[in-house]
Amino acid sequence: MNAIPDPDKQGFKFSQLLYDTRYRSMTIQVVSLIALLLFFGWLISNTAANLATLGKPIQFKFLGEPSNYDINQRLLDYTSRDTHLRAGLMGLLNTLVLAFMGCITATVLGVAIGVMRLSKNWLVARVMTLYIEMFRNIPVLLWIIIVFSIMIETMPRPNQFRSGEASMKLLDSVAITNRGVYIPEPLFSNGLGDIYLLGASSLRFGISLDLIALLIVLFVGVFVSRKIKTSADKIQNETGVRPTTWWKRISVIIFPIILVLWALGFHLGYPELKGFNFKGGTYMRNSLIALWIALSLYTAAFIAENVRSGIQAVEKGQSEAAFALGISPGRTMNLIILPQALRIIIPPLISQYLNLTKNSSLAIAVGYMDLTGTLMGITLNQTGRELETVLMGMAIYLVISLAISSLMNWYNNSVKLVER
Amino acid sequence: MKKSAFFGTIAAATFAAGFAAAGTLEDVQAAGELKCGVSTGLAGFALADANGVWDGFDVAVCRAVAAAVLGDGNAVKFVPTTGKTRFTALASGEVDVLARNTTWTFSRDVDLKFEFAGVNYYDGQGFMAPKALGVTSAKDLDGATVCIQTGTTTELNLADFFRSNNISYEPVPIETNAEAQAQYLAGACDVYTTDASGLASTRATFEAPDDHIVLPEIVSKEPLGPLVRHGDNNWGDIVRWTLNALITAEELGVTSANIAEHSANAGKNPEVNRLLGTEGDLGGMLGLDKAWASRAIAVNGNYGEIFEKNIGVNTPIGIARGLNASWTDGGLIYSAPFR
Repeated sequence: MNAIPDPDKQGFKFSQLLYDTRYRSMTIQVVSLIALLLFFGWLISNTAANLATLGKPIQFKFLGEPSNYDINQRLLDYTSRDTHLRAGLMGLLNTLVLAFMGCITATVLGVAIGVMRLSKNWLVARVMTLYIEMFRNIPVLLWIIIVFSIMIETMPRPNQFRSGEASMKLLDSVAITNRGVYIPEPLFSNGLGDIYLLGASSLRFGISLDLIALLIVLFVGVFVSRKIKTSADKIQNETGVRPTTWWKRISVIIFPIILVLWALGFHLGYPELKGFNFKGGTYMRNSLIALWIALSLYTAAFIAENVRSGIQAVEKGQSEAAFALGISPGRTMNLIILPQALRIIIPPLISQYLNLTKNSSLAIAVGYMDLTGTLMGITLNQTGRELETVLMGMAIYLVISLAISSLMNWYNNSVKLVER
Repeated sequence: MKKSAFFGTIAAATFAAGFAAAGTLEDVQAAGELKCGVSTGLAGFALADANGVWDGFDVAVCRAVAAAVLGDGNAVKFVPTTGKTRFTALASGEVDVLARNTTWTFSRDVDLKFEFAGVNYYDGQGFMAPKALGVTSAKDLDGATVCIQTGTTTELNLADFFRSNNISYEPVPIETNAEAQAQYLAGACDVYTTDASGLASTRATFEAPDDHIVLPEIVSKEPLGPLVRHGDNNWGDIVRWTLNALITAEELGVTSANIAEHSANAGKNPEVNRLLGTEGDLGGMLGLDKAWASRAIAVNGNYGEIFEKNIGVNTPIGIARGLNASWTDGGLIYSAPFR
């Protein structure tokens, strides 16, 4: 039986768009969409017209002009003669480094704290609760500034190392100063050099062949090690006895790497006090360290809560069953609860990674030259191209965020429960 | 219906904004206060005291303009801006005039679409270092860590100076003078660089100013002055001629002490008469009344008085007139004639 009457034999009439329930909602949506598009079109054309009246039409020519300013932390070669585009690239790399370091430490800390918060030990659980509540409820900018101020005010100055008031740590290999931390750097006395890509353009970069060689050896080692595992599995399946392979599996990874390092003449370059500052070694600036610590601790508090809720969401029966089988609490957590909790933890974890990356734009508060400091900071100020630089910055943050979330979604899909 | 009302509101708002942007003078008079962009705090130039009252060399320019336009030197809303936010604040109309140690450069004048009203302080970039460091010249600074205010011309000069002398440095970019001071005093940077006047002012606020020296090199020209948005020529004229009035007053010997007497009735010097409006109607040409310049000078005195009171040799900051003496004393401070 048909509830809807037969369509009008006389054909389609325009009044149906409004009075016919089959079309009405569509009509409303189309009209709203047109209005919305018109509104955005009006906004854009209004902005463009106003900028043209001001004599500042939107254009990106400034990106090709010399930046004329220096950046302290550069991951690629850069001088003040390079373009604004390259200065922006330096900022982007600084943002990515900070976000990468921050995400890793925040995850490690967050998982540990989240698990400890559920501990049966009253003191540990309360201390972790205190930590989480303290870090979650104070703006991250304040944490960044306080860590930075503590570093500046309490660590020794480089010239105090000369007068003997301060000394280097860990067998004279690490110098902790109020300007940052100097750690030994890996050097290769007969290295393979670098290959340079993209010629002399603003986006040129070099890749260390030493690093590539090491990665290849590592990759091959892991591959061989897996082969050994498969063959051991096979033998176990056939004979029921598993051959001892752990030393083989480790040595196929480690020995080739040691061999390659030796061939390349690997040694450590130690920082040394020369002139005003330490020279040599890898210099981690106080601004980077302050941001790293503050962002990690802050985001870890949120991740800890995600981990806690994920663990508590796993049915109690699971752990009871594990205990009934005599599995120790530690192994219950690692083998039974965490793998199931991970499925619940990962989606909110993605948004914490995105938050950390976006929060890294507070870097200018401590003078860290990230994307906000270079492209949307000094370049904006020196060229007066507010709209262009900010739009570019927004687009770049959007791309970074989308990349992180697609990567994490891919991982999420690989661990989530496969349902039939 | 609702939508059309919405659009109507937006359109009306746009038109209103369009008309409002037409005349800064009318806006300021309608609002009854002048919005003046100043620094976030630089002793002698712009600093709020414990009661929130702003005072200083740049602040005096704001007060003079407010007195000329509104008849009250206190009818000023001071908007603290950083090196980074100042241009956006001016371009967006958040402030009507920016008096914040801003260097007059080609690109700011032409490309950023601003109008410099003149120069109220001829400055140059210098370096300050602790005496204990044993540095006597900026060329000894190879490898030093340098604190610098970001978004300023000093940032660019610094890069040029170190590059042309083939020496390296580590820049530490900082937002405000106060933060730079904290980092410098904590030894997180070896050297602080900014305009020499800013260094003198910062040093004056230290507990032990004598432990720090300003290095002899001046590495750039920094003509500092008030600026307005490009495109409103009448408003630009008002700010320019208010500054000129302060300068001319010093040249002609009109001071805060004798201005009442000079303004009361026309005297012998025709230029003083024109300046103070007892003869002719220069104020009318600007769209103001006759006594505009007289009020501007009366607030804080003439250029020389403002200089001596805020940053002169008898203040803790202790800057000598030098280049900033009147042209009659061999300096560069010179005003076009009031005629």
